[in-house]
Amino acid sequence: MKMNSDNFDKTLTKILKYTKPFSIRLAPDDMLSVPPEERQSDVTLRPPSTYWKDVFRRFSRNKVAIVSLIVIILIALFAFVGPYFSPYNYAQQIRGSERLSPCFAHPFGTDALGRDMLVRVMIGTRLSLTIGVFCAAIVLLVGSIYGAISGYYGGMTDNIMMRIADVIYSLPTVLVIIILQISLDQPLRELFPNSRLGTSVISIFIAFALVYWVDMARMVRSQVLLLKQNEYVTAAKAMGASDTRIISRHLIPNSIATITVSALFQVPTAIFLEAFLSFLGLGPSAPMASLGSLASSALSGIQSYPYQLFFPALFICLLVLAFNQFGDGLRDAIDPRMKN
Amino acid sequence: MTKTPLLTINDLHVSFFTPAGEVKAVNGLSYTLGEKEVLGIVGESGSGKSVSAYALMRILQHPGKVTGGSIDFAGKAINTLSEKEMQVIRGKDMAMIFQDPMTSLNPVFTIGSQLRETIMKHTDLNRAQATARAIEMLEQVGINNPEHRIKQYPHELSGGMRQRIMIAMAMSCKPKLLIADEPTTALDVTIQAQIMDLMNTLRNETDSSIIMITHDLGVISEICDNVLIMYGGRVVEYGNVDDIFYRSAHPYTKGLLNCLPRLDDDEDIMLTPIEGTPVDLMELPKGCTFAARCDSCMRICLKQSPPEFILDEESNHVVSCWLHTVPKGGEYNE
Amino acid sequence: MSKLLEIRHLKKHFPIKSGLGKKKYVSAVDDVSFFIEKGETFGLVGESGCGKSTLGRTILRLHEPTDGEIIFDGDSITKGKMAPYRKRMQIVFQDPYSSLNPRMTVGDIIGEPLVIQNSSMSKDDIRAAVLEQMRVVGLNSEQLNRYPHEFSGGQRQRISIARALIIKPEFIVCDEPVSALDVSIQAQVINMLIKLQKDLGLTYLFIAHDLAVVRHISNRIGVMYLGNLVEVCDSRTLYKNPLHPYTQTLLSAIPIPDPKISRNSKRIILEGDVPSPINPPSGCRFRTRCPYIMDQCAKEKPEIIEIEPGHLCACHKVTKKM
Repeated sequence: MKMNSDNFDKTLTKILKYTKPFSIRLAPDDMLSVPPEERQSDVTLRPPSTYWKDVFRRFSRNKVAIVSLIVIILIALFAFVGPYFSPYNYAQQIRGSERLSPCFAHPFGTDALGRDMLVRVMIGTRLSLTIGVFCAAIVLLVGSIYGAISGYYGGMTDNIMMRIADVIYSLPTVLVIIILQISLDQPLRELFPNSRLGTSVISIFIAFALVYWVDMARMVRSQVLLLKQNEYVTAAKAMGASDTRIISRHLIPNSIATITVSALFQVPTAIFLEAFLSFLGLGPSAPMASLGSLASSALSGIQSYPYQLFFPALFICLLVLAFNQFGDGLRDAIDPRMKN
Repeated sequence: MTKTPLLTINDLHVSFFTPAGEVKAVNGLSYTLGEKEVLGIVGESGSGKSVSAYALMRILQHPGKVTGGSIDFAGKAINTLSEKEMQVIRGKDMAMIFQDPMTSLNPVFTIGSQLRETIMKHTDLNRAQATARAIEMLEQVGINNPEHRIKQYPHELSGGMRQRIMIAMAMSCKPKLLIADEPTTALDVTIQAQIMDLMNTLRNETDSSIIMITHDLGVISEICDNVLIMYGGRVVEYGNVDDIFYRSAHPYTKGLLNCLPRLDDDEDIMLTPIEGTPVDLMELPKGCTFAARCDSCMRICLKQSPPEFILDEESNHVVSCWLHTVPKGGEYNE
Repeated sequence: MSKLLEIRHLKKHFPIKSGLGKKKYVSAVDDVSFFIEKGETFGLVGESGCGKSTLGRTILRLHEPTDGEIIFDGDSITKGKMAPYRKRMQIVFQDPYSSLNPRMTVGDIIGEPLVIQNSSMSKDDIRAAVLEQMRVVGLNSEQLNRYPHEFSGGQRQRISIARALIIKPEFIVCDEPVSALDVSIQAQVINMLIKLQKDLGLTYLFIAHDLAVVRHISNRIGVMYLGNLVEVCDSRTLYKNPLHPYTQTLLSAIPIPDPKISRNSKRIILEGDVPSPINPPSGCRFRTRCPYIMDQCAKEKPEIIEIEPGHLCACHKVTKKM
C-alpha cells in the first residue's frame, strides 16, 4: 500500500512512545536508501589540532601569564633596541652633568661620572638578560643530555651518574662560583685580553655550566623514566632503533614541555645570581654595566641619590617576576592536570 | 494498575564544556526503572552510558553539566535537590560501584574504616555496631576471614576482592538502587564469573534494583531483565532481554550481536563487523547518530533523528529507527 | 610445514629489589616450550599475570631470557645480535594510546622502520611505501600528516599494524591487539589481520585473554597459567574437548551473549584468587584452585605430555587417565 503523508501522520502519532509534540512530513522519497559513499565519511572533520595549538589556547586564557610575556618582550625591546634611540653612549661621561636627578634630558638621571643612567640601565638589562638566557641555555643542554642518558640506561649507569650529580648539588654553589671566578680570572685574561664583558662574566657562564645543571638533569631524568614505559619506545626497540635514536627522537621531544619550563625558570635564577655576585664586586668590569653592578655602585650614594639604585632594582624585580609568572603560566598550559 | 517506577529519566541531556568545544555526551535519554528490576545499559565508548549514571548520582565532574531533562528517583526530583540533600541519598538510597577496583578504594585507610564510614554516615549505629555490620557485609559478599580482612589495606588485596568490597560498601545501607559501572571489565574472566555469581545472588536475595552498565553482551544476557542500547548519547533500542537478543530491531543492535566472535560458532566464518568509526560527539550529525555506519541508511536518516517507535506495547519493546515506520505487510491498523 | 619459531624450556625471571637476605624474583615465564609453523596463527591465552605478554616480548628479545632457547627459522636467537632478525619479527601492542609517539606524524611513525632498517631508501620511496601501507590497512592517505591523537582507537591500531608490516616481516607477535578496542571495531581489526595473513603469508603469535577472539583467529591455542603452559591443541579441539581443569573453567566462565544459554548453563566457579608469581605453589601451580586436586599435585610438577596427537596437557589427573 502506497504511503501518503496523511496516513503516515496518523499512524505516526499512534505508535510514538511519548506524546510530546512531534510532527514531520515524510515523503516516500525520504525512505530511499543511501549508498555508502553518501553517508558521512569517517575522516575527522575537525581541523587538525597539534599539541602546541592546545597549549597556546590554554595559555591565552591565563591573563597573568600573557601580561608577563608582554612585559618580557617590552623589556627585551627596551634593552636591545632602546640604546639606538638614545643620544648618549653608555660609557660616555658628560662633564658637568654628574649626579643629576631624573629630568627631561636624562629620564633616569646620571651617575657619579656623569653617564646617562637610562642608557646604562638599558645596557645593564641587555647584559643581565643575555647572561640569563645563555646560562639557561647551557643548563638546558648539559642537564637534559645528562638526565636523558642517566634515565634511559638505568641500572648502574644511572646510579653512578646520579650520585655524581648529588655530590655537585651538595656543594655550596655560590662559594664554588666565587672560587671558580677568582681562580679562572688570570687564565681568562690571557685567553680573552680585549673582552668588553670582562672575565668575570665569562667565568659566570663557566660556573653556571659546571654547577647549575643538576636540577634540570633530575627533572629530565624523571621525565625519561616515565616516558620509557610507553609502548612506542618498546616499538622503536623492536624496529632495531639505536639508543641514540630512541633518546633523541622519542624521549626528548616528548619532554620538551618540561624542559622548556625548567629552562625558563633558570633565567631569573641566573639574573639574580649575577646581581648578587656584582654586589660582591665580581661583576663586569667598568665601563660595562649589568643591573647588579649598577645597583651595587649605587649603594654608596643611596641616601642622597636613591634614583640610582631604584631603576636597576626595579628592572631586576620586573624581570624575575615576569619570567617566573611566564614559566608558571606555560607549565599550567602544558600540564593542566597539575593545576586542578 | 501500573506501579510507580523507582526511577524515571526524561529527556536527559549532558554536555562537557571543554576548551576545544562542547562535547554532547548524552542527547535525550529517557527510561524508567521499576523496583527489583535489573536494567542493563549497553553501549561502546562514547555512547554516554557512564556519563548518564554519573549525572543520575550527581557526581559529574567539571566541565560536565546537565543541560536538560529531569531525573525522578523515589518520588524526588534529583536535579532540584541541594548538594546536602543529595549526600543523604548517595550511599543510602542510591549507591554505585565503579570499573577500576584498583583506584576506587582509598589506599591510606583500612577496609574496615572505609566500610564503617559509609555505615556510620547513613545509619545510627555506633562504631562497634558498624564494625559488626561491616563484617556481616563482607561475609555476604563471600570474603572469608572477614575479621582479619577489615584490618587490611586495599593494596594487600586482589582485584576481585576489592570489587567485592566495593559491592559490600555499596550494599551496606541496603540501597534502593545499585548502579554498577562496568564492574567486571577490568577483571579476569574467572574472577568475573565470581562477581557475576555474586551479583546474581544480590539480585535474588535483596530488594535493590540494579542498573548494570557494560559493553559486554554476555554479562547482559546473564543477569538483566531489561536492556537499553545506547549509541552517540541516544537510546537506539529498549526491551526485555529476549526481545533484544532474539528480536532485535535496530541495525546497531543486530550489528553488535553479529560481530561478536562466539565460542559456539563454527570456525572459518569471517566476522561481520560494523563498518566505520564511532560518532564524534562534538560534531553530532543532524540525523540519526548511527546513519554513517548503517547498511540500511535512508535519506530521512541523514535529515532527521528518529523518534522512538513502539514495537510491542506489552513488553515495552521500543526502537529509534526510521526503518520501523513502515509497518509489517504494509497494512495499517486503524 | 616447517617450523618458523621454536621455544624450548624458556624461562624469564624478574628480580625484585629486596633488602638484605635471599633474593626474590617474579617467575613470569617458567619453562615454556612450543613451536609455531610457517603461516600458522598460534593463540596464547591466559589471565593477567600468567606471563603471556612477557613471553611474547621475550621471544623478540625485548626482555632477555633467563634460560632456555629461542629458535627462529633454524637460527638460535637466544643470545647475540638481534639486529638482522628485527626485520623479520615484529610486534603490535595492546594499548593504541601509548604505542604511538604523540609527537610524530602518522607518516613518520609508519615510515620509521624503513628509515632505521634501509638507510639507502630515498625520502620519496619511503613516502610511497608508507602510502601503500596505509591503503592496505584501510587508512585514508590524506591523513599522512596528522597526529595520533586525532584518530580513534581502531584507527590507531591500524597505524600500529601498518608500522609493523612496512618492513615485510615474516612473524608478528600480536600482544592483545584488540582488547582495548570497542566491540564493533574489534571485528574490523580481526578480519583485517586474517586477510593480511592470507595475502602476505604471515605467521602470528596471537596473545589475548578473550578466548572467543583467540579461537576465531588461531589454528592452535596454548593456555597459560602463572607462567606455565598447561594445554596446547588446535582451536576446534579446545572448545570441544578441553582436558586441563583450568581450560575447562576458563571456557565455562566466558559469558555467552545468548540468554537461553547463559541463564541455564552451570558454571565452574573457582575459589580464591590467582596466587602470587613471587611465591608460586609447589608442584602444580594450579593446585590451590583446582577442583580435582590429588596428593601428587603438591609434590610433583606435571610435565606437559602429548595425550592425543597434537593435544598436549600438563595435569597429573589427565595423565593418569590415559
